Amino acid sequence: MSLTDTGTPDRRTANPPSGPPRRGLTERLLAVRELSLLLALGALILVTTLRNDRFLSGQSVKDLLLGCAILVILAVGQTLVIVTRNVDLSVGSILGLVAFATGSLFLAAPGTPWPVAVLLGVALGAGCGAVNGGLIAVAKVPALVITLGTLYAFRGIDYYWASGRQINAADMPRSFLRLGNQTVLGVPLLFLAAVVVVAVVGYYLRSYRSGRELYAIGSEPAAARLSGIPVGRRVFAVFVANGALAGLAGVLYAARFGTLDAAAGTGLELQVVAAAVVGGVAIFGGSGSAYGAALGAVLLTTIGSSLAVLRIDPFWQQAVVGALILAAIGLDRLLALRMAARLRGRSAHGA
Amino acid sequence: MSPEAPGADNAPLLVLDGVTKSFGAVAALRGVHLALRPGEAHALVGENGAGKSTLVKILAGAHAPDTGRMALDGGPLELRGPADARAAGIAVIYQEPTLFPDLSVAENIFMGRQPLRGLRRIDTTAMNRDAERLFERLGVRIDPTRPARGLSIADQQLVEIAKALSFDARILVMDEPTAALSGVEVERLFGVARSLCERGAAVLFISHRFDEVFDLCQRITVLRDGAWVSTDRTTDLTVDEVVRRMVGRDVSSLYPKQDAPVRDTLLEVSGLSRAGVFSDVSFNVRGGEIVALAGLVGAGRSEVARAVFGVDRYDAGEVRVAGRPLPPGSPRRAIAAGLALVPEDRRQQGLVMELSVERNATLARRSALSRLGLLIGGAERAEAQRWTRRLQVKASRLTAPVATLSGGNQQKVVLAKWLATEPRILIIDEPTRGIDVGTKAEVHRLLSELANEGLAILMISSELPEVLGMADRVLVMHEGRVVRELSRAEADETSVMLAATGQGATV
Repeated sequence: MSLTDTGTPDRRTANPPSGPPRRGLTERLLAVRELSLLLALGALILVTTLRNDRFLSGQSVKDLLLGCAILVILAVGQTLVIVTRNVDLSVGSILGLVAFATGSLFLAAPGTPWPVAVLLGVALGAGCGAVNGGLIAVAKVPALVITLGTLYAFRGIDYYWASGRQINAADMPRSFLRLGNQTVLGVPLLFLAAVVVVAVVGYYLRSYRSGRELYAIGSEPAAARLSGIPVGRRVFAVFVANGALAGLAGVLYAARFGTLDAAAGTGLELQVVAAAVVGGVAIFGGSGSAYGAALGAVLLTTIGSSLAVLRIDPFWQQAVVGALILAAIGLDRLLALRMAARLRGRSAHGA
Repeated sequence: MSPEAPGADNAPLLVLDGVTKSFGAVAALRGVHLALRPGEAHALVGENGAGKSTLVKILAGAHAPDTGRMALDGGPLELRGPADARAAGIAVIYQEPTLFPDLSVAENIFMGRQPLRGLRRIDTTAMNRDAERLFERLGVRIDPTRPARGLSIADQQLVEIAKALSFDARILVMDEPTAALSGVEVERLFGVARSLCERGAAVLFISHRFDEVFDLCQRITVLRDGAWVSTDRTTDLTVDEVVRRMVGRDVSSLYPKQDAPVRDTLLEVSGLSRAGVFSDVSFNVRGGEIVALAGLVGAGRSEVARAVFGVDRYDAGEVRVAGRPLPPGSPRRAIAAGLALVPEDRRQQGLVMELSVERNATLARRSALSRLGLLIGGAERAEAQRWTRRLQVKASRLTAPVATLSGGNQQKVVLAKWLATEPRILIIDEPTRGIDVGTKAEVHRLLSELANEGLAILMISSELPEVLGMADRVLVMHEGRVVRELSRAEADETSVMLAATGQGATV
């Protein structure tokens, strides 16, 4: 017999269920997080526009959308990975390799239709992702270490292949290059592609069983295994999907910049992780959304342009990004604490 | 419900025959038999380390047996993973809840089986409604949309139970589900288990609480050291008989506190307060004495212990060790002054699960065992051997990770770790929670010996027999205050319980 067995009043039957169905607490927390990003973005744009009203001119906005599209796609892919308590540091190298491969494809076969180039690029990226996923599954070593290795390995292959050559816009067909700067109703095609990626991945993560399982894996891997989730298979698939998105980003990079050498996308991986973290994707997995990561990527890109408009020394940009990451982490922590306090209040008051 | 209830002699639903399982050189199960019949609750009892948890993991599909046969409905059953077990209708409620803290309660219940709408999308509204219905069936109010993070252990356990209910399990395995539940909640759980039985399900119930075992179950299987000992109808058994079979010997005295000469006051706590947690707590503990801090869960007992030890700050009051004031907020100073705290939650606060037994045992004494900042392997091993031998820790080797030990042996390692610092005052929080009868008696004997050697022991315990058997004095806390002090002669079940529930006179 235990002292806890008696005298505890039944606190849970206090309030009968009432009221219309409301949005779940778990979801509301995410919404708060995304809203705060939108507010930060809005404030940044407002301040910059007040200083220089050309910041919101058509061309400037177009440049901004064009500039963030590739980072958005990569950040969304990275979200898939981070949510499962992993990380993929090789995305910059995959992007570089695929971009160079796309250029080489047009050099070798100038008549290749652009959809074929896109498909081949995505396939190559997925192949690289499969290498990552396969190594992680076989070696049972943290993804951080494996992808640090493939970061250099993929880049090494890229350098070996390029051997100092550069591919220029003139080597690629016009139809393909148009992908990089064409607009539909004033919106760059590249940005529309990114929006489609965000919408598809975001909806998948929220509304599909396998998507929710990714959160479960990141939240508590041991429990995920016990509930019969095929953890190894899901993690492998996530790396393949992220690789494919990095491949897509690589093709779009080639279309947008036209000039390609083996160094394309160097160092991009940390920007990508930064965008995801600023966007509220918890680095230890289990929470965050594709929408948040995309907003994080937009915010980071906007900071770059607005600092230029505000005539702030570009050297400060990195410090600002760093401060933003710390602020984002601080905000997450604050939200978590407030949430915890509220939940404590709930169980004390009975619902 | 009597064992002659309908279905008592039906053909078994699930049969385990001669199942063995070894981990390295350690045989966890040796030829175990088990037959679960429809409509019957079956208890599995045994000391910690007897192989119960391994058996549960096999039924859950998390471990594959080395040899032996499993059959479901008379046909052979092979479980290649937890998904197979679930498909076979086996639901497992683990001793320690296995929830996803970031996901909502409803998602935790329906993970992998969420109700779907068009295009195979998850129907969140239906999922939350279904979860709400399950909680109604259980008679509890938990918001299905809130994240699982921050739920109390009891609520987490209830979510696990709702999960098991949600897939209409034919076989429900419950591994010590009641350890964290209150009386009302236990009754509800049993109500659910009985209604499942009435619908023809089989229940396997694992518990150290014999009143519950005898209340719920029609048959009892006893395991000892991984081997099957007996299976009998509950009506043919007594508690004494079951305990004898579990330990393989008579447990003559469970709580052997001997009278020790009482020495000087070692620990003095006066007027200790922390806003909203506890207030004006005063007591003292003398060498040779075991003082129990009793009370309901949430009365603030562990919080007082943590404040005394310096883990948490306090707003007012003073702690004196052997007459000298102990500065607040510094566990290091507390250890130096001769205090040791064995925490309640050994997994999270007491042990580094991945490290070896010897590393854990010597963790609190790193500086004394090192030269120029380097740990000396030999000294570490000798020290670890000294204490693990005295406490009779059962481990395959001292370099094995602590995670591989049974609960009782883990608790002994925590004790070894703190005793190695040669404390004068030992604060021990729930010394035998989740520990089997045999190890329990060993821990009690050890505490008694330590008191005899002059240690001052402050013991926090929710087990009333433990409090009454071990303590020289009982301090009863209620809502953050010490409401009653009882001598060994005055303390009995009624007086402690009355004070703990806030009735009866104050000090």
